Amino acid sequence: MDAKTESSQADMAYPRLSYIGLSGMLLTFSPRLSESANRAALAFAAALKVESWAGVEECATTLTSVYIGFCPQVLSHAALKAKLTSLLDSADWFAARLPQKRRLWRIPAVFGGALAPQLDEAAALAGCTPQQAISQITGQTLRVMAIGFTPGQPYLGQLPQAWDIPRQTGLTPQVPKGALAVAIRQLVLFSAASPTGWRHIGQTAFSAFCPARENPFLLRPGDELRFEPVSPETFANMQNAPDGGASYEALS
Amino acid sequence: MSHQLDILRVGPGVSVQDLGRPGYMGFGLSRGGAADRLALLEGAALLGQSPALAALEMAGFGGDFTLTQDTRFALTGAPMQARLDGQPLVWNAVYLAKAGQKLSIGAARRGVYGYLHLGGGIDTPPVLGSRSRHIAAGLGAALEAGGSLPIGPDPSNITGLCLPVAERFTGGVVRVLSSAQTMRFSAKARRRFEATSFKRDRRGNRQGVALGFDGVGFTAKGQLDILSEIMVPGDIQMTGNGMPFVLLPECQTTGGYPRIGTVVPQDLPVVAQAAPGVALAFRFVSLEEALESAAPEAQVLDELGRQRRALIRNPRDIPDLLSYQLISGAITGAEEP
Repeated sequence: MDAKTESSQADMAYPRLSYIGLSGMLLTFSPRLSESANRAALAFAAALKVESWAGVEECATTLTSVYIGFCPQVLSHAALKAKLTSLLDSADWFAARLPQKRRLWRIPAVFGGALAPQLDEAAALAGCTPQQAISQITGQTLRVMAIGFTPGQPYLGQLPQAWDIPRQTGLTPQVPKGALAVAIRQLVLFSAASPTGWRHIGQTAFSAFCPARENPFLLRPGDELRFEPVSPETFANMQNAPDGGASYEALS
Repeated sequence: MSHQLDILRVGPGVSVQDLGRPGYMGFGLSRGGAADRLALLEGAALLGQSPALAALEMAGFGGDFTLTQDTRFALTGAPMQARLDGQPLVWNAVYLAKAGQKLSIGAARRGVYGYLHLGGGIDTPPVLGSRSRHIAAGLGAALEAGGSLPIGPDPSNITGLCLPVAERFTGGVVRVLSSAQTMRFSAKARRRFEATSFKRDRRGNRQGVALGFDGVGFTAKGQLDILSEIMVPGDIQMTGNGMPFVLLPECQTTGGYPRIGTVVPQDLPVVAQAAPGVALAFRFVSLEEALESAAPEAQVLDELGRQRRALIRNPRDIPDLLSYQLISGAITGAEEP
C-alpha cells in the first residue's frame, strides 16, 4: 500500500469499519473508551441481533466496538458492509439508549487486607485514602462494559478520572477467582485465577463463569453492578452461598 | 459391553476435539475445537460421517488404545507411527479394529496434531454444544490411562479407503489479510515482515504459537494506547518485544497487542502443524485472492469425499498374503464416479 492510502486510513473518521480475517468485520465507534462509545456499541449490537441477517454467525461487543462474524459465501463482504452502513446511518448511536433486559447486580466484596493486598497502593495512586477508595468504588453503579479475555469475565466502568491509574510494570503471578482489580478507570472481576498487571483491591466469592449451569455466563454486557463492602468474617461465611452472596434484579 | 475406547496409555497433549463452540465470543469464550480443522473434515470424509462428531486430537504423541467392540477408525493430520496389533498402518486411511485389538499411536513424524477418528464419533456429553476440551476455559476433562471414552452409533461400515492429502506439515508461505491494526505498522515494517523468514518457537499450544526470527522486533505506531480489542484465530499479534504470536482456536477473545494481519483460515492448519524449528513466512493477499481459494467447510467435505480412493497396501505388509483371493471379478473403471 502507498503512503497516501496509509495516511488516509490512519486519519479515517470514526465510526470505522474494518475487516477482520476472511469472515469478520469490526465496527469501532471510538479509539478511546468513553461511556457514550461503549453505549453506542451495546445499542448497535442489540439492534443487529434484532435484524438477525442470514449469514451472520457471531456478534460480540468489546469496549467500543461490535464484531460481526459471518459466512462470506452466504453474505458477501459488499452486502454486509452495505447493511451495516445503512444500520449505522439509521440512528445516532452515541445518543442511543442502553438495550433492554439488563440487570442490576449486587455483589458483596472485601476490600483491602490480606484478601486484597493492593488497596492501599491503588488508593495512593488515585490520590485518596483506602477508606475513600472503598466509598468511591462502592458508591457508584458500574456497567459491564465488555466481557472478554477469559469466559464470563467483565470489564467494569467507568470509575472517576482520578482512577486513570496505569497497570503496574510487573505481573502479579496470580490473583484468585473472584478477585477485583483496578487500572485505567476500570475494574476487572476475575472469572478464574489469573496472572495480572492490574492491582488487586477487592475479593468476591462470585463466579462469573459456571460451566455446569444451563447458562454458564452470569453477567451480560450492559448489566449494571454495585459492590457491597463486607468484613472478612462475613466473606468467610459467604463462600458457599449461592453465587457468593450476589443477587440481581431486572432493570426496566 | 458398552461401546467404548479404553485408554491404556496416553500422551499429555491428547484431548477430545470437534468443531468447537461458535457464538460465545461476546461472553469471552473462544470457539476452540480442533487445531487443524481440515484434519477433522478429512476424518469425516474417510468415515463417511458428520464432521461435527468428536475425535481425539493428539499433540506430538498419541497413546495405546483398545476398543470394546469392532470399530472403524481413521487417522488424519500430522502423520504418526501407528500400529494395530503390531501391524503398521498408513496415515489418512480408514480401518476396522476388532474388539480387543491394540491400537498404538506413537510420535509425530512431521507436524504437530494427529487425529484418531472413530466410526460414530466420541460420544461424551456436550457442554455448550461441543465436546471439545477447552483448557483455558476449564471445559472438558484431561484424559488418563485407565480411562475410557464412549463411542456413538456408527452410520456406516466402509473401510479400506484412503485420502490423498496435500502436504501441510512442514511450514512454508502462508497468506495473510490486512486487519484493523495493519496500518499502524509502517509500510517498511510490513515489507520487512513479508521478507522475514520466521521459525516456529518452542513456546506454543492450542492458544497460539510464538515465532522467532533474526532482527529487531516489529512495533506499531501508538501501540501502548490500543484499547483491548477482539482477537480471532489467525491473528498475528506482536507481543511486547515485537515477536509475532499467531493465535490458534483456543485463544483469548480480546487482547491489547497490535496485530499486523490475520492468516487466512485455509492456511491456518499450516501454522498449527508447524513443529518447533519449522520455517514459516507470510505474504499479504487481497480479500479477493483469499476468497477465491476459500470454500465453506461443507463444500470442502464434499470434495474430500470425492477424493477417497481404495487403500492399496504394500504386499510386504500383509503377512497372510497367500490367503487372500487376489483376483475376484474385474472392473472397467467406469464405476468410479
